Amino acid sequence: MNIFRDKIINGGFSVTAELFPPKGNDASALLKKADFLKPFVDAINVTDNQRASMRLGSMAVSRLIKEMGVEPIMQMTCRDRNRIALQSDLLSASALGIENVLILSGDHPLNGEYKDAKPVYDLDTVQLLTAAGMLIKGTDLAGKNLSGTPSFCLGAVVNPTANPVELQIMMLEKKINAGAVFFQTQPIFDVSQYEDFLGKVRPVTGAQKVRILPGVALLKSAKFVKFLLGLPGVNIPQATVDRIERAPDQLAEGIKICAETISRLRGIADGVHIMAIGMEEHIPEILRQAGIKSK
Amino acid sequence: MIITVQKPLPEILDSLKDYDNVFIVGCAACATKCQTGGEEAVKKISEELKKAGKKVSGSAVLDTPCDIRVAKRDLKNVSAGVFLILGCGAGVQSVEKVTSAPLVPALDPVFTGTVERIGIYHEYCALCGSCMLAGTGGICPITRCAKSLINGPCGGAVNGKCEADPDSDCAWALILEKTKGKGILKDYMPPRSFIKPKNIGRHKKTTL
Ligand code: SF4
Repeated sequence: MNIFRDKIINGGFSVTAELFPPKGNDASALLKKADFLKPFVDAINVTDNQRASMRLGSMAVSRLIKEMGVEPIMQMTCRDRNRIALQSDLLSASALGIENVLILSGDHPLNGEYKDAKPVYDLDTVQLLTAAGMLIKGTDLAGKNLSGTPSFCLGAVVNPTANPVELQIMMLEKKINAGAVFFQTQPIFDVSQYEDFLGKVRPVTGAQKVRILPGVALLKSAKFVKFLLGLPGVNIPQATVDRIERAPDQLAEGIKICAETISRLRGIADGVHIMAIGMEEHIPEILRQAGIKSK
Repeated sequence: MIITVQKPLPEILDSLKDYDNVFIVGCAACATKCQTGGEEAVKKISEELKKAGKKVSGSAVLDTPCDIRVAKRDLKNVSAGVFLILGCGAGVQSVEKVTSAPLVPALDPVFTGTVERIGIYHEYCALCGSCMLAGTGGICPITRCAKSLINGPCGGAVNGKCEADPDSDCAWALILEKTKGKGILKDYMPPRSFIKPKNIGRHKKTTL
């Protein structure tokens, strides 16, 4: 029983988190976190060589957490594999029981630790979603029949803060047409900005059964806020920055802010994707303060 | 045109270390425009080679060294210990067709470029074999998007700049600006083909 997929299809407020595979083959710390988060989240995203750095694979880690009864969302980027490898890995994931797949283009190698690597992008996200959709229907991109057909719950990303917004909406529409049924977003710090975005995408999503789970990040310290503000495209309201800076206990304040954001999103969003960035042990407290009961 | 840069002199000298009687071949086309393979560049490298103790037996700037007929016409009577070619890889390989002497390239070809002025070049064409500029407002997503995305942008652009290079405009922001209201962006673009046509008109791609 895939509770995540069930909520995507039938509705219900979804809660997801994400974990980053380690550099090395020892996944024990990640697995401990997954086990700890199990009662609190519907699924956990497993990133695919995040930030274009070389890590333990998303498919292997997805399978490992699945064995523990945690529902994985296997992230799959277009950066490192051509169409043969991508389709083969989709089949492999399915053979290992992985159903939820989040397809993204992937940070460019220039932003990672292998700047000289070949940026593959043989398929883009819309084409990879299309390929996955064909596999579900029993053929591959080349039109050849499959023995056995995989079953996927396909997702993609949309960036509500990226400019120009018309392009994000166009991509959202193309991804929906290619078979994406859920979306996760970059972190939202300003709920009213997200509401604006929802208003703009409604003409595209309205008639379709797609769920969008906005990302929420735990602002763990003033230092971290400063770091985030230094990143391109990150926009944190001044009032939030002030609250963290002035708080005697910055982490507690960050948890409170995160919980408040989630409570506000509860009325308007299909769920939340919590990015605790190494502080996953605080997710239960965030959810408690947001008034979300564990499973 | 083909944009080239000169290899570092130590690398060129190292490639030449087993040979003497260097004949330098320049290029009057692209490499002259790039100032990497014209008369001046040939003169300069000739002096540098002599200073490094190499014997230079002669030089010629060919109109288009990438044309085998031209290479044959201009080089058939040249005897050399080694040819040092100040041209792109197409130039080196047409010289290869007309001599059995060893060849050393002096330049690194980097891309097909649009020239703004000398020294300012833009990589605007990938020679991909299937031009899609009609549908993108004349802006090439293969070369100008860092991920060569043809269905639309990634989520990484910030204020119209590319996630991979904040000094470059996001190609898709430019495409939107150029094509506004025309709706051509909404079509699904299938995966690209990486097979290039083998026979182009009467000409064969690889044999001559
Ligand atoms: S930011 Fe724009 S140009 Fe850069 S990789 Fe993404 S879509 Fe391509």
